[in-house]
Amino acid sequence: MRLELRNVTKRFPGVIANDSVDLAVSSGEIVGLLGENGAGKTTLMNILYGLYGADEGEILIDGKVVHFDGPGDAIAAGIGMVHQHFMLVPVFNVTENVVLGVEPTAGPLGAIDMEEARREVREISTQYGLEVDPTAIVEDLPVGVQQRIEIIKVLFREAEIIVFDEPTAVLTPQEVEDFFEIVRSLRESGKGIIFITHKLGEMLEIADRIAVLRRGKIVGETRPAETSREALAEMMVGRPVDLVVDKSAAEPGEPVLSVRDLVVQDDRLHTAVDDVSFDVHAGEIVGVAGVQGNGQTELVEALTGLILPIAGKVTLNGKDVTLASPRELHASSVAHVPEDRQRDGLVLSFDLTENLVLDSYYARPYSRGVVMDWEEARRHADELIEQYDIRTPSAQISASSLSGGNQQKLIVAREFARETKLIIASQPTRGIDVGSIEYIHQRIVEERDAGAAVLIVSSELDEILALSDRILVMYRGKIVAEVAGSEATASQLGLYMAGASA
Amino acid sequence: MTEVKQSPPDKQPEGEPTWIQRVAPQGIDLRSVLVIPLLAVLTALVVGMFFILFTEGANAILPAYGALFSGAFVGWSSISETLLLSTPLILAGLSVAIGFRAGLFNIGAEGQMTIGGLTAVIVGFSVQGIPGIIHLPLALIAGFLGGALWGFIPGFLRAKTGAHEVITTIMLNFIAFRTMDYILKLPAIQPEGRFDPISKNVLESARFPRILGWLPVDGASGLRLHLGFLVAIAVAFVVYWVLFKSTIGFEFRAVGANPHAAKYGGMSVAGAIILVMAFAGGLAGLAGSNETLGVLGRAAPGFTSQIGFDAIALALLGRSHPAGVVLSAILFGALRAGGRTMQVQSEVGIDLIVIVQALIIIFIAAPELVRAIYRVRGGKETGQLTRGWST
Repeated sequence: MRLELRNVTKRFPGVIANDSVDLAVSSGEIVGLLGENGAGKTTLMNILYGLYGADEGEILIDGKVVHFDGPGDAIAAGIGMVHQHFMLVPVFNVTENVVLGVEPTAGPLGAIDMEEARREVREISTQYGLEVDPTAIVEDLPVGVQQRIEIIKVLFREAEIIVFDEPTAVLTPQEVEDFFEIVRSLRESGKGIIFITHKLGEMLEIADRIAVLRRGKIVGETRPAETSREALAEMMVGRPVDLVVDKSAAEPGEPVLSVRDLVVQDDRLHTAVDDVSFDVHAGEIVGVAGVQGNGQTELVEALTGLILPIAGKVTLNGKDVTLASPRELHASSVAHVPEDRQRDGLVLSFDLTENLVLDSYYARPYSRGVVMDWEEARRHADELIEQYDIRTPSAQISASSLSGGNQQKLIVAREFARETKLIIASQPTRGIDVGSIEYIHQRIVEERDAGAAVLIVSSELDEILALSDRILVMYRGKIVAEVAGSEATASQLGLYMAGASA
Repeated sequence: MTEVKQSPPDKQPEGEPTWIQRVAPQGIDLRSVLVIPLLAVLTALVVGMFFILFTEGANAILPAYGALFSGAFVGWSSISETLLLSTPLILAGLSVAIGFRAGLFNIGAEGQMTIGGLTAVIVGFSVQGIPGIIHLPLALIAGFLGGALWGFIPGFLRAKTGAHEVITTIMLNFIAFRTMDYILKLPAIQPEGRFDPISKNVLESARFPRILGWLPVDGASGLRLHLGFLVAIAVAFVVYWVLFKSTIGFEFRAVGANPHAAKYGGMSVAGAIILVMAFAGGLAGLAGSNETLGVLGRAAPGFTSQIGFDAIALALLGRSHPAGVVLSAILFGALRAGGRTMQVQSEVGIDLIVIVQALIIIFIAAPELVRAIYRVRGGKETGQLTRGWST
């Protein structure tokens, strides 16, 4: 089977999301679709999956033009999609999730034939080496296994072309290896694969052919053997990119942040941070590595005053701040780049000026008593927009209309522009373009060099390795390893992240 | 791909405004602020015609709508009545609107009006021997505080216990009505010789003076528009200032638009909720005071005449902006004033006005419907440009 997108164009008000895109995939090959966030990858796949109609262009299967009015048509034509966010019912078992919507039936009343369903799931599972127990309840399974259920779902619907949208975002390095094995075995059995990612290393490892999308256009096609990370990054961004963070050795000073025996519960009252102790010194960057959901979120929320710890002590330059509010921490020169920028970091419907004073509006120079000085705030905003290279037509448009990278720069500008003694940055570059990542990394190193203590939490190992002077690994709420940044390797950290003890 | 789909994807991307943010948009987008409400009103009036057509016949449409229009806008008397009736709607509408801005659905304006109107009356007849320039403001302050107390309660419950303000404000409405029934039968409140629930008359010094007596037209001294209208306009300016020029309003709006980010920014979400509900209650209290210190001059059961509920509708219509609220309130005042004339001069009853108001709200609540009917493009989608295809 050969799937072809020919000359596909999709316009949204004001922007061309896809501009005459040509892309083809045949049975037995893995085509990588590489592009920054906002380059138009997801739009293209939504067109392929029948969620959007294209304004121009056509989809061909084995040379014949097809029309998809919805995902149902695409599935019927043999196209399967594994989304970045899984679409599983957590309380159902594996088989129930797989057959959902296409249940095999038996008998005159059309009862669901679970026996038959289980048999088929087991068959698919063994055929592709997926190793999934058909009777396990989904919510009890690790993320990597849940992803395999999504793959079984697609295979159960007899997909010949499978699209993976950022499939490795939620996996540990070891799970990524297993996942690549599965993808290769799918290729061997004759499936065509479209693999979407913004991670250069993965692309080089797994793809047979790489298509690079930039601003809605395919700007080039290449093969892993003929290219390099640097070349791919340049194609993706449109200019040479510095992939290595340029930084000198740290010169740690006095401890700024001291955490002792900290215990934090999540909102379901489970212990999320379990007796954690560490220090962050002035002039060093400490990275917290770990697979998402191992207590990093709660650790950061407790350190920034958003939730109260249930035990332990936190001091900032010797002052007890265990129970300090976000306002008190702000006043003590703590900067916080939150994990979820759209939930915590920004009021999306507010304009940039309002967002840039979101945590400093309450005092001079932005207000006197209860009277806001918007003129001063606007001056400040114009300055930061200039200084932090935030791409926007003006400070008076809503934050929601900025790209993810610029939204993140907006937060970084707000937090770094004032005096900072401690910076706590959670997933500082999640889901943003390479150019912005490069910029934010530089800023973080600059802050360190200016004497700030920096705590970085990230699930991107590359980021942790690039930035950290010292690395802590969190697993199930505990710090299971501490490694010097210069000595750490991805494979070693990967083992710790999966629970091996130091 | 024969059909080109313009609609956004089914799944709402994160950060998509909730309905409450949609009725209280932060930026001023002329299209959504003006075009949709105007089209909604127009559509409601057109659909209203069908109701007349089916109940009274085609011949009744023109006279009915003619009377509606002339009763609302033609002649000083009509204009006076329109503005008079719009006054409490402005104040109560501001009450609901400021709640929307902070993400709260204040259905309790009616009850807050009741309590505020009552406290204003009590000060209005019991404090004696001071000039109007002191007495009237004093009664208004009492009205504000009475309403503020009634707004504070659900605010406090929401902030401290999570009890939803929709439930608590509705229940507090009932409690307010029965509390008023009780108070109006107390000897200190009831006029001598009366046994029905009614208050003593407010002293002249605490009543709103009429303001159109100077007009060089016949019967100008009989025009009922009073100072309350100017007070309401002034309050609209105050609300605008609070919302957009003060730190407190910044907090209100941040809490309403994204409580997580508000907390992150060091704001007290609970404090803002309590404060905004008390303030909203106070505004509704002023609306109640406007009734009891204005035309009525006393309090009697039902003096709020559903204004607190119409206020929800017109806050929606006015997109929770003080200017929008004033314009919507004048529109609703015009419908009420014109509706009376229509009732008298044609066969069509004032109930049609209720239907038209309801239709306006349906069309406001369903902007997609209005967009589809008139093929209006853009508007709401503006904020979505970067989200539609972001990975």
